[in-house]
Amino acid sequence: MDLFEYQARDLFEAHNIPVLAGAVATTADEAEAAAAIMGGKVVVKAQVKVGGRGKAGGVKLAVDAADARAKANDILGMDIKGHTVHKVMIAQAAPIAEEYYMAILLDRANRNFLVMASVAGGMEIEEVAHTQPEKLARVGIDPNVGITSAQALEIVQAGQFPAEVANDVADVLLKLWAAFVAEDATLMEINPLVKTEDGRIIALDGKVTLDDNADFRHPAHEALVDHAAANPLEAAAKEKGLNYVKLDGEVGIIGNGAGLVMSTLDVVAYAGEKYGVKPANFLDIGGGASAEVMANGLSIILGDTDVRSVFVNVFGGITACDAVANGIVQALEILGDKATKPIVVRLDGNNVIEGRRILNDAAHPLVQQLDTMDGAAAKAAELAAK
Amino acid sequence: MAIFINKETKVLVQGMTGSEGTKHTGRMLKYGTNIVGGVTPGKGGQTVTIEGKELPVFNSVAEAVAATGANASVVFVPPKFAKAAVMDAIDAALPLVVVITEGIPVHDSAAFYAHAVSKGTTRLVGPNCPGLISPGLSNIGIIPGDITGPGRIGLVSKSGTLTYQMMYELRDFGFSTAVGIGGDPIIGTTHIDCLKAFQDDPDTDAIVMIGEIGGDAEERAAAFIASYVTKPVVGYVAGFTAPEGKTMGHAGAIVSGSSGTAEAKKVALEAAGVKVGKTPSETAALMRAILNG
Repeated sequence: MDLFEYQARDLFEAHNIPVLAGAVATTADEAEAAAAIMGGKVVVKAQVKVGGRGKAGGVKLAVDAADARAKANDILGMDIKGHTVHKVMIAQAAPIAEEYYMAILLDRANRNFLVMASVAGGMEIEEVAHTQPEKLARVGIDPNVGITSAQALEIVQAGQFPAEVANDVADVLLKLWAAFVAEDATLMEINPLVKTEDGRIIALDGKVTLDDNADFRHPAHEALVDHAAANPLEAAAKEKGLNYVKLDGEVGIIGNGAGLVMSTLDVVAYAGEKYGVKPANFLDIGGGASAEVMANGLSIILGDTDVRSVFVNVFGGITACDAVANGIVQALEILGDKATKPIVVRLDGNNVIEGRRILNDAAHPLVQQLDTMDGAAAKAAELAAK
Repeated sequence: MAIFINKETKVLVQGMTGSEGTKHTGRMLKYGTNIVGGVTPGKGGQTVTIEGKELPVFNSVAEAVAATGANASVVFVPPKFAKAAVMDAIDAALPLVVVITEGIPVHDSAAFYAHAVSKGTTRLVGPNCPGLISPGLSNIGIIPGDITGPGRIGLVSKSGTLTYQMMYELRDFGFSTAVGIGGDPIIGTTHIDCLKAFQDDPDTDAIVMIGEIGGDAEERAAAFIASYVTKPVVGYVAGFTAPEGKTMGHAGAIVSGSSGTAEAKKVALEAAGVKVGKTPSETAALMRAILNG
């Protein structure tokens, strides 16, 4: 889960990383009130989970509370790269002397964590990484050892930070690591980390990604979920514990295993070229799918008004084909007259004979079985075209 | 020969007394996998009978190894307790640990992977993987055993169900070993590890490599193939038509910008001499053409 900047700010604050006062506002009224409490100049910042908002006009300085109201009015409702701005953060303004960069992230290639730190922060950090790599320290961290104080100072030195801020920056790095571990993050980035004119080191903007797999040990993370952004079908699927992504086509897809479902999307997309149809969604019912899971999945897809046919593609590993078949039959019983779209089913693997028999015996008029993935995809695409 | 596992592999099931553990222990026994016991902390000293075989349960992997001579384990422990279970197996210097569990926090995987590397005595497969099978010899994990039999193709795949699909497509040829390496951001055994093992395995003639969008594992595998692998390799990458910026299930299956796309992976693999199919059936046809000469 990616956090909004204001959520990252709050999380940093909770882990004693120095930040400026900040408050989130969803209306111009709230923005004005927040700015009035802070007093003085404030920055009004669009809260969107996409980069480049500054260049898009989503960050504006306001001289007082009334101005903050005006600027919030301008920014709220803006479209930034396809993201509508529903919230702004009102942040205390600070006179900036220098902009630095610091991040800790999961490094898939090296299978550990990576710290990056540079004296040359701000909007051009990616450019710096390319043209002046010597200014960007990159150090792998052993998760079982963590970052020691001495190592933090070495990293700060390698990132070419000036000596007078080295101790403070190293301290922020140690706190960022503690936060990264405590919150089960896969990314914590501070850009820019600034030195103010009065010499303070402050995290001015942050990006945080949390590991959803670790939710079980972070009940507080539930409150960070952006329910407003989810597509209603995606939200319904999430509630049922299903892995669903809405796409813009007509053939509903259900399968087991992310790889097979992605492959199914490909095969349907190729088959659909002839008929001008595309996959309507990604839905992985996962391993050990019960009849109930299948029924939930089918209800969600049949509830998508864009869907004109459904392709159920299952290769039974943990998932047994008879459970899948029972799920289809039960789902159709529950849905009754609401189920109106043809369903093409391809089953193979664990308990396939029993699964196919259950569907044959049920003989539901909407359901037809095909033996191969290619054949079933072609049939589903053809049915969606009608 | 096969890679990583064979008839002699003695397997412990960590989490055998749980429902998934019991179910799959039964399926593995039926296949002929040499399962010698289970590990469930707190349940040591019990025995359970699965598929007519009486299996001892131990509190720790070290105890189990001392009593049974086990040299591999398969982990069905739920995510909350998976890290402790894998650490236990690594501490007991078990040569092979196959982690089936899905949904392990990546900080936990990072910790046990780093521990395995620093000890240097354990090969991890997974997590979030279906395990591996050397048809006719041993089956460790959840891969259905009845898809196909022994043969001379090696298969390595991030995705479980695509592993089964490809085994099914090429069932008339059979496989030396099929390895599902898992789709998590941190996995113990990579495409490259398997490619190397298959290249070095005298009983493997050709290799199928299945990847999916996200990350750069396939690109790195392509570079490795160019430098090391002389056996024919056929590839498939799932997600050619996936839209950018959407996470598709596996933590690994996300495309951002132009990096990690199926097309980029295909180009890299083809540059290394790998024939890449656009669908599983097309990929199987490419392999079929190679094997039929």
